[in-house]
Amino acid sequence: MIDQKKKLSAEAARKLVLTIIFSIISVIYVYPVILVAINSFKVNTFVKTDTFAFPHGESFAGFANFVKGMTFGNYPFYKSVLYSFVITVLSSALIILCTSMAAWYIARVNSFFSKIIYFLCVFSMVVPFQMVMFTLSKTADTLKLNTPWTIPVIYLGFGAGLAVFMFVGFVKSVPLAMEEAAAIDGCGPVKTFFSIVFPVLKPTMISVGILEIMWVWNDYLLPYLVLDRTKYMTIPIHIQYLKGSYGTVDLGATMALIFLSIIPVIAFYLLCQKHIIKGVAAGAVKG
Amino acid sequence: MKKKDTSASVSSVLIRRPIKHWFPLFMGPMLIAFCIGFLYPFFKGFYLSFCQFRTTSDAKFIGLGNYLKALQDPTFVHAFWYTALFAVVSLVLINVLAFAVAYCLTQGIKGSNIFRTVFFMPNLIGGIVLGYIWSMIFDGILMKYNTSILLNSTYGFWGLIILIAWQQIGYMMIIYVAGLQAVPTDMLEAAMIDGASRRQTLWKITIPNVMPSITICTFLSLSNGFKLFDQNLALTGGQPFLFQADGSQVRTTEMLALNIYNTFYGQGANSRGIAQAKAVLFFVLVAAIGLIQLLSTRKKEVQQ
Repeated sequence: MIDQKKKLSAEAARKLVLTIIFSIISVIYVYPVILVAINSFKVNTFVKTDTFAFPHGESFAGFANFVKGMTFGNYPFYKSVLYSFVITVLSSALIILCTSMAAWYIARVNSFFSKIIYFLCVFSMVVPFQMVMFTLSKTADTLKLNTPWTIPVIYLGFGAGLAVFMFVGFVKSVPLAMEEAAAIDGCGPVKTFFSIVFPVLKPTMISVGILEIMWVWNDYLLPYLVLDRTKYMTIPIHIQYLKGSYGTVDLGATMALIFLSIIPVIAFYLLCQKHIIKGVAAGAVKG
Repeated sequence: MKKKDTSASVSSVLIRRPIKHWFPLFMGPMLIAFCIGFLYPFFKGFYLSFCQFRTTSDAKFIGLGNYLKALQDPTFVHAFWYTALFAVVSLVLINVLAFAVAYCLTQGIKGSNIFRTVFFMPNLIGGIVLGYIWSMIFDGILMKYNTSILLNSTYGFWGLIILIAWQQIGYMMIIYVAGLQAVPTDMLEAAMIDGASRRQTLWKITIPNVMPSITICTFLSLSNGFKLFDQNLALTGGQPFLFQADGSQVRTTEMLALNIYNTFYGQGANSRGIAQAKAVLFFVLVAAIGLIQLLSTRKKEVQQ
């Protein structure tokens, strides 16, 4: 009895120690983000020399960095945010709609042709972007797909693999009975899909949507090569452009922009954390 | 089993036949985009790797010349070994740490959910932004020693390792947590009753049971390591450069993806054929790693 009690309290102590250790690690883990916030309020020259200090006295810049950052680099930052937003929303919506339709066709029509398409989709998942980047950007230029309003077509094409793969896996596990009942009641395929299959696919749609949003929002190279850069930038392109342009870089203003670009990401994460973690886990299982 | 199959296919005729008429609607948009965004660029790119070209329209077939030049390019060979070393080191580090974190966070300690949230957070920040955040941190530290991450390739290597570990531990942790939660509790209880120590339980019960997760994570982190681009570009961009006796330069912290990019867009239009050949080799490598990794680790999995 006493022995068991001892064991239990040792277990409790062990757990307490773990909690304390992980609390410390967690603070260290978020520290880089906090550091960005701190430095976005610092005068340029102090960012490099005094990175880890709080802004004080002469190093405190107030909101000057944010004001400067808005027009920094001869391109208004709000435009980059807007285009990032447009591209992400349009691409994700297009991918979810088109690949779920295609996946239903592939899963239900068991023909040689649909098997080939499915195989090609899976194949496209292991192809690195460098393999297609040159020809893809030329093709996009020729077809005038180089604007934020048309680039979603490119995203649909290059990103279809994973989405089709996930949707087909899910559709195969959905029993046919409901669709058959609908067919017997005189429902055509279009109506069957949109009023019966589409709602059932919702959990997978959320997972696919999360993965695509995370990919497109953070993607740098594809929009950099495809978009007409004199007119359109996205957030990653804008930030890379600021650091890459030679001459003196205003680190304070860059940090302010980085801080601004992280805020929506963290807000999105905290709002749909459960879906995000579930979506990522679902996407990873497929490799 | 066979009987079930036939009955399913007979009844699905009800579904299948009408859908076929709607092929253009269901498959059309995705197929057209797939051709524009993947199939055509892929096969065209494959063909162009055997050609000399400046743009896609003036290609001249020259056989395997590009591949020979690519393999003789010292920057490409350097980038290959550098990337391979990076991928292996990051693979080991990320997986050991992610498993350890996942193991601790499935013991029912207080605050597990908050810790998981924190560890996963860096995953949502894009590679370019991550690169600049960490270059600020590393330079903030190294400034005190009068150096910079851009001046020493050892710092560049370990800096990128720290960055990638920070970003991906949370991701792999999520997969390991899912695996650990699926370990049958009756097995763990049986081990406890039999008097197995914590360590024995971990090695004999837990690890064999999470082998599928380990397979997925090793595969993912290895191919992530090989495909790394944004973080590499933003953190060091290949610097410091090492000048060779013949006037050429090797970018010491340049990885494969960045090397291909620089060959395409940084060295003039004449090297584009070589760049495309490098890209094909890169594709073969990445695809092969995926296959080998899957085949070799799958054997060790627990048969259920």
